[in-house]
Amino acid sequence: MTSPEGTGRPGQGTARQDYVLRSVEERGIRLIRLWFCDVLGQMKSVAISPVELEKVLDEGLQFDGSAIDGFSRVHESDVLARPDPASFGIVRSGRDGGPATAAMFCDIESLDGEPFAGDPRAVLRRVMADARAAGYEFMCAPEVEFFYFADGDPGTPLEPLDEASYFDLTITDVASDLRRRTIGRLEALAIPVEYSFHEDGNSQHEIDLQWDDALAMADNVMALRMVVREEAHTEGVHATFMPKPLANQQGSGMHTHLSLFRNDTNAFHDPDDPYGLSEVGRSFVAGLLAHAREITAVTNQLVNSYKRLVPGFEAPSTVSWARNNRSALVRVPRHKTDKDAATRVEFRSPDPACNPYLAFALILAAGMRGIEGGYELPAEAPDDLHRLDDAARADLGIDLLPQSLAEALDTMADSELVRTTLGPHIFEWFVRNKRSEWADYKAHVSQFELDAYLRAW
Amino acid sequence: MTDGGLLVFPAPDPDLARLLDLGGWAWSAVDDDLTARNAEGTPAGALVTLGADEADDQAGDDPAWQVLEALARREPPLLATMVLLRGTHLDQLAGRSHLFADFCLTPFHPREMEARITHLLAAGQRAGGAEVEPPGDDQTVRYGPLLLNTETYQARIAHRALDLTYMEYELLRYLAQNPDRVHTREVLLSQVWGYEYYGGARTVDVHIRRLRSKLGEEHARMIQTVRSVGYRFGRADD
Repeated sequence: MTSPEGTGRPGQGTARQDYVLRSVEERGIRLIRLWFCDVLGQMKSVAISPVELEKVLDEGLQFDGSAIDGFSRVHESDVLARPDPASFGIVRSGRDGGPATAAMFCDIESLDGEPFAGDPRAVLRRVMADARAAGYEFMCAPEVEFFYFADGDPGTPLEPLDEASYFDLTITDVASDLRRRTIGRLEALAIPVEYSFHEDGNSQHEIDLQWDDALAMADNVMALRMVVREEAHTEGVHATFMPKPLANQQGSGMHTHLSLFRNDTNAFHDPDDPYGLSEVGRSFVAGLLAHAREITAVTNQLVNSYKRLVPGFEAPSTVSWARNNRSALVRVPRHKTDKDAATRVEFRSPDPACNPYLAFALILAAGMRGIEGGYELPAEAPDDLHRLDDAARADLGIDLLPQSLAEALDTMADSELVRTTLGPHIFEWFVRNKRSEWADYKAHVSQFELDAYLRAW
Repeated sequence: MTDGGLLVFPAPDPDLARLLDLGGWAWSAVDDDLTARNAEGTPAGALVTLGADEADDQAGDDPAWQVLEALARREPPLLATMVLLRGTHLDQLAGRSHLFADFCLTPFHPREMEARITHLLAAGQRAGGAEVEPPGDDQTVRYGPLLLNTETYQARIAHRALDLTYMEYELLRYLAQNPDRVHTREVLLSQVWGYEYYGGARTVDVHIRRLRSKLGEEHARMIQTVRSVGYRFGRADD
C-alpha cells in the first residue's frame, strides 16, 4: 500500500501529513493503526487516536524496542516508530458498525534519528537504494497461498473447510463472502489483487498481487496476511500461512515474479534471445541461483518450511532454472513478444511465512551480485528434473536446496552476501534465534518416531 | 440510475413495479446496503419494504434497516425514504424515526401509494435534501461525475467516495485539472511526484492502474493510455 516515494521525513512530507490529517477528519476515522514488523516478519501494531496523530507524524512514537523480537539491545532499547504518510490507507470504513480505522506503515529509527539496524523495512530500503544507484528499479509480484481451516487449535486434527461435512450446506456462502470482503478490504488499502481459488489442496486459496515496487509489495504482503486472517476470524474460520500444514497435500508457497526496470524499460527483456532474457536478466538469474542456498534460511525460515520443499509437489527442491518446469527453482515464463514489460522470472522457493522485507532484500541482493559480477547462466534444467537420481543430478551440476532449517542456517552463517545485506544486527540475531528453534525441534520426539519405533524396537 | 428517480429495496413485486411504471417514476432496485450506498446518480427518494424476506424477518434482523442506514450515509444523504410494512410490524418503527420520512402499510391502496410517493418527492425537494450545492469553485475540481475537493483532499466519483492514497489523489487531481491533453510519464513524474520520486515511469503506471481500478469499470476509461506516449484524461468517446 505504500507508494514508492520518499519517507515523509519532516520538512518533506508536509502536504502528505496534511492529507493524512484531513482524511482522518473527513472520513471520521477513530483509530489509526501504526504498523511495523519484527525481524521474523510478525506484524506489530500500535493504535493511536486522531488527537495524537499530528504529534506522532511530527515526532514519531517512542517505544521500548526490547519487547520486539530482534530489536532488543540492552543499552539502547528505546526506538522511534515514524509513520510513513505515503502508506496511509483506510482499513475499516466504519460502515459495518466498528470504529472507522486507518493504518500506516512505520519506519523504525533510533533516538538520534538514524534508521534502526533491527528494522527489516530499513534493510529493504537500503538494498533498493543500492540497486537504484546502479540504475535499476526492482519490481515484484507474489502469489500468496494459504489454507482455511475450521479451527486453529493445534491440539485437534486439522479440518479443511471444504471437506468438513457440517459445512457442506454453507461452504459456498462462507468462501464467497470471505473472498468478497477480503478483496474489498485489500483494495481499500490500495492493494490491487487478482484472487483465485486453488484447485489442488482442500481449502487452499491463493491471492495474486499485481506487481509493484518491492517495498510497497512487502508492505502489501504484511497487510494481506493480516486482512486474510482477520476476515477469516470474523467467520470463525482459521486462515494459516504455515508452509506445509498437511503432509499429503501441496504446501503454501509464495512464488514471486521479479523484474528490473532501467530507464523505464524492462532490463530483463531481449526479443532476440531464445529465452527472451537480456544479458542483465541472465546474470540476475545466475546470481539468484548462485546464492540461493545462502538465502534459503530467510525465504524459508521455519522448520516446517522444509517439509514443503520436497519432490513430488509443485515446490522446488533443487537449485535449477527452466522455462516450463514447475519443479525448478527459477522459472522463466514465456510471454508475448510485444509485451516487453511482461518479461519476468519467477522465484518459486519462498513461502508466505517469510519476512517479506528481508526475503525481497536478499533476492534483489543475490540477483544484483550476478549482474555486478557478470555471472554466467548455467544450462536449463531437463524436463525430468524431479526424476533424476543424485548422481545424475550431480553430473548436471545441479545442487539441492538445503534439506532442513539446520542446513540452511549453516549455509547462511557462512554467507558474506547475507551478512552484508541484512547487516550484523539482524544477521546475528536471526541465526541465533533460528538455531534455538532448530534445537527445540531436534529435542522433540514426533509421532512419526513413535509410530515407527515404539513397537519395532 | 438516472437522477431524480427512486431506489427500491428489495426488487419490487409486480404490483408495486406496475404502479411505479404507470406513475412515470424512474426506479431501480438495490439488493443490499452496499448497493444502496453505492448506487450511482442522485436518486430523489427510496422505497424500502420491511419484512420482505421471511427468514430475515424471523431472525429479527431485517436488512431493510441497514439499507436505510446506508441511504442516510450517501453523499448527499438520501432522506426522502418511505418504509412499506405490514400492520404487524408497526412496533419496529419505534425509535427509528430518523431513518425514514414516511411509511405506508401493505397491502396498500394504489391511489394512496401514488399520493404518498408524490408527496415524498415534493417534500424532499423542498427540503433541498436531494441536491447539495458543491462548495465554491476555488476548492473543487469537477470533471463529469468526478468531484475533487482540494481543501479536504476528498474525491468522489458519481457521489461515491474514493479511498485514495496521497499520491493517487495528487495524480488524479493533476489529470482532472489538465484534461483532454496527453501527458508523458516524465511530465507526470515531475509535475506530480516532484523531486522526491525515485520509482521511474513504472511508478506512474502502477498509480494509473490503481486509479482505474478505484474509479470502477464504468469510469476507468476516463484515463486513457496513449500508446508509447503516456496518458490522457477526459471523456473516452472523443
